[in-house]
Amino acid sequence: MAERKESGWEHFPHGADIGVRGVGVTKAVAFEQAACAMMAVVADLDRIKPQGRIEVLCTAPDDELLLVEWLNALVYEMAVRRMLFSRFAVEIQKNGLRGTAWGEGIDVERHEPAIEIKGATVTAVGVTQGSDGLWLAQCVVDV
Amino acid sequence: MEISSLERLSDTAWRIAPFGAMRVPAVIYADEALIRDMDDKVFEQVTNVATLPGIVEASYAMPDAHWGYGFPIGGVAAFDPGKGGVISAGGVGFDISCGVRTLLTGLDAAEVKQQRQPLADALFERIPAGVGSTGRVHLNEPQMDAMLRGGARWAVEQGYGDPDELQRIEERGHMAGAVPENVSVKARKRQRNEMGTLGSGNHYLEVQEIVELFDVDTARVFGLDRGMAVVSIHCGSRGLGHQIGTEFLRDMAIAAADQGIVLPDRELACAAIDSEIGHRYLGAMRAAINCAMANRQIIGELTRSVFTDVLPSARLRLLYDVSHNTCKIEAHEVGGVRLELYVHRKGATRAFGPGNPALPDALRDVGQPVLIGGSMGTCSYVLVGTAESETRAFSSACHGAGRQMSRHQAYRRWKGRQVVDDLAARGIIVRSPSSRGVAEEAPGAYKDVDAVVDAAERAGLARKVARLSPIACIKG
Repeated sequence: MAERKESGWEHFPHGADIGVRGVGVTKAVAFEQAACAMMAVVADLDRIKPQGRIEVLCTAPDDELLLVEWLNALVYEMAVRRMLFSRFAVEIQKNGLRGTAWGEGIDVERHEPAIEIKGATVTAVGVTQGSDGLWLAQCVVDV
Repeated sequence: MEISSLERLSDTAWRIAPFGAMRVPAVIYADEALIRDMDDKVFEQVTNVATLPGIVEASYAMPDAHWGYGFPIGGVAAFDPGKGGVISAGGVGFDISCGVRTLLTGLDAAEVKQQRQPLADALFERIPAGVGSTGRVHLNEPQMDAMLRGGARWAVEQGYGDPDELQRIEERGHMAGAVPENVSVKARKRQRNEMGTLGSGNHYLEVQEIVELFDVDTARVFGLDRGMAVVSIHCGSRGLGHQIGTEFLRDMAIAAADQGIVLPDRELACAAIDSEIGHRYLGAMRAAINCAMANRQIIGELTRSVFTDVLPSARLRLLYDVSHNTCKIEAHEVGGVRLELYVHRKGATRAFGPGNPALPDALRDVGQPVLIGGSMGTCSYVLVGTAESETRAFSSACHGAGRQMSRHQAYRRWKGRQVVDDLAARGIIVRSPSSRGVAEEAPGAYKDVDAVVDAAERAGLARKVARLSPIACIKG
């Protein structure tokens, strides 16, 4: 994300762990891109086929905790389903969101997953709309 | 970190006088070079911790401190429930009771090195490691409850290891006060297939050679001698601990305001010890400590079975098992009064000195083994707790080297295959399911563990006993 695109994701440094950041024309897109950034911590997104689909519902008292809740819902689904995801859709609702993720079961040889994510944190968390109208959603994930 | 912002107490101790909402000072143990390399965030976080209700003496940072979540990693803080003290999910971290156990093998390293290839292959085959790996132990709900209540003691009852080993685990392998009912359905589900798994990232199982002794008398008591082979295992409470950390960080962040606790950083999420959520977290966290101890007990036994197959003359014996992400009730003297305190150690190792009643008879005269992990290309250390450590930071020491380079930087700089080949050329065998994971964990991505351990010793936190060099490493 060298230049400011309408949507995209990137990582930012955090000592032992890693920051994930999504940008989009809407809050929902920024959340989707943040999910892409988090999944790219685990494996290259290009290697993950969007074959299977899961849905999650999240609620939180504010946008920052909602972002963390969304990412942690994905961490949970990854862990218990032994899946990786590469495509996301978010619909922001009152006090929460409905999220969909597409992915497939972990194939260690093909995906070469580098690391599992323990959880998304509220460290460096932010959900903001810039003066250019673009939304940014970010936090640090513990690995 | 800017050195001018600190008051120098000694070559290895630096004080930050209370300012703003700080209730106590902050103290960082490190030499000048380590301080200069330390992230500014350590200053911010160690002083933030000093603002929390009920904190006593000081907010401490160990020589390997780096930017954490609310608390710095390498942070130590004790809270008095009688003064409205708090318990913090961030002060324990996501990987509850992550720790290190070291086993003696009864073999010379030379003998082990001759079999290092088949040994590494067998360890990699039998001990599940890496993203998506599953263990061979699958627990139904009653079994899960028994594990969460019993810890390593439960694992021994299931046939994993010898009852004599329990005395060489913190809490004798069984954390009292665990409340499995406080562990959510999600946390249980995450753990269902992860018992006896190593995990990924900086977790590892390593066969090591004792290459240097610093304290021969203590080494003799620990059963260590130069040229011997040992095994060290670094892992924690797996998905169960991660999920408990996730859930309580959120719940405490929301509840803090209701309890009138002002958080300078949301990640400092905490609750009064004497509150409904405080009690609930304590019960769940203690269950996760039991999960971590059971997990390392199972992996220890799997390791023993591999050695029996590959090197039948091996006799694996537990040196000790430490946890470095915990909150425990301990008695410490504050202002001449002995108090029951809730001591948080986030990336810090308990380091009880000689005579501590928590230590088993065989170790009580010398002090607790303090196990400092390195991995792949870097050395590990065995230290021992000292009497003076009690007055330094509630008997605590460092836990490892800490990273000096982000994962992203490391991945861009090294290729996993090259790291494996380079280490092989040095006689160190690495087995990992992930080439990228190895690149991100390249030895060069970590700080100099020697400097960290030297500073810990000079600060009086713990004393060096032995240095361990890797022979073979299983990485997740």
